[in-house]
Amino acid sequence: MAPLTAPKSGDALFASVDRVNAELFTLTYGAIVRQLLTDLEEVEEVNKQLDQMGYNIGTRLVDEFLAKSNVSRCVDFKETADVIAKLGFKMFLGVTATVTNWDAEGTSCSFVLEDNPLVDFVELPDTCQGLHYCNVLSGVIRGALEMVSMKTEVTWVRDMLRGDDTYEMRVKLIKQVPEEYPYKDDD
Amino acid sequence: MAQPAIYSLFIINKSGGLIYYKDYGSAGRMDTNDSLRLASLWHSMHAISQQLSPIPGCTGIDLLQAHNFDLHCFQSLTGTKFFVICETGAQNMETLLKAIYELYTDFVLKNPFYEMEMPIRCELFDLNIAQVIQKDRLALLGR
Repeated sequence: MAPLTAPKSGDALFASVDRVNAELFTLTYGAIVRQLLTDLEEVEEVNKQLDQMGYNIGTRLVDEFLAKSNVSRCVDFKETADVIAKLGFKMFLGVTATVTNWDAEGTSCSFVLEDNPLVDFVELPDTCQGLHYCNVLSGVIRGALEMVSMKTEVTWVRDMLRGDDTYEMRVKLIKQVPEEYPYKDDD
Repeated sequence: MAQPAIYSLFIINKSGGLIYYKDYGSAGRMDTNDSLRLASLWHSMHAISQQLSPIPGCTGIDLLQAHNFDLHCFQSLTGTKFFVICETGAQNMETLLKAIYELYTDFVLKNPFYEMEMPIRCELFDLNIAQVIQKDRLALLGR
């Protein structure tokens, strides 16, 4: 499918979408996490729930990204990762990520976020040490990629809230589901 | 009044189910059964056309031309298909389909009460689509 117009740059994309006040966004997310902690009590359950919420967001958000960014089909997972880091993060979070630590097969890599708007004002208390505060982000990526036939596993490797120097998300491509229909039934 | 440029709009989910159908103007109206049948037929034809292609990487039929109508189809990378049936030689249908895709992401997917892959019943979407199509029609009349 040839794109009608050239793909937009990250900055152009960011400028073209509606935005809300950053504090409103950060505080709303904080309130959600807080509420989940109250409701579910277990930190592990909250991680799971955040991931699931992210997944649900991702499956819807991917279409918006594709519709508004004018990107065309990526040739490989490397290109996909670059598009997410440079355009995806920019469009929805206003930051860009760096893609690093590729493995030899080119099926897993890390997104490193220097700047993460979700965590302004956040300090993890001792009782929540196991919490992946930004787990919604990994869910979004997993959900979005699944809609374009890529099964992935996304985990947090480094988290500044836990004392690391940066945010690092590991994305592993498990399998690429082919889009072809099963025509081989009568073989 | 000149003939309307666009007769109808269809949206098919990735498994071939019709999730949106709307006709504009009096020509080419279809009842529910016919529209469902046409949608699944188109879904299959689209898939077959990909298999027919001598060169790998074909994404399916974009345009079907008949002597009294054109059918323009756009498939998103996530597998949702949008197609319009319009008068022959209608221009800029790719742009229109793209605009419809954007409206779909805004008013359907972002509606928290919309269930994915299910029929679309969103008033805001209807309204905005009608506007885009109306605009298109005026542009065509102004030729």
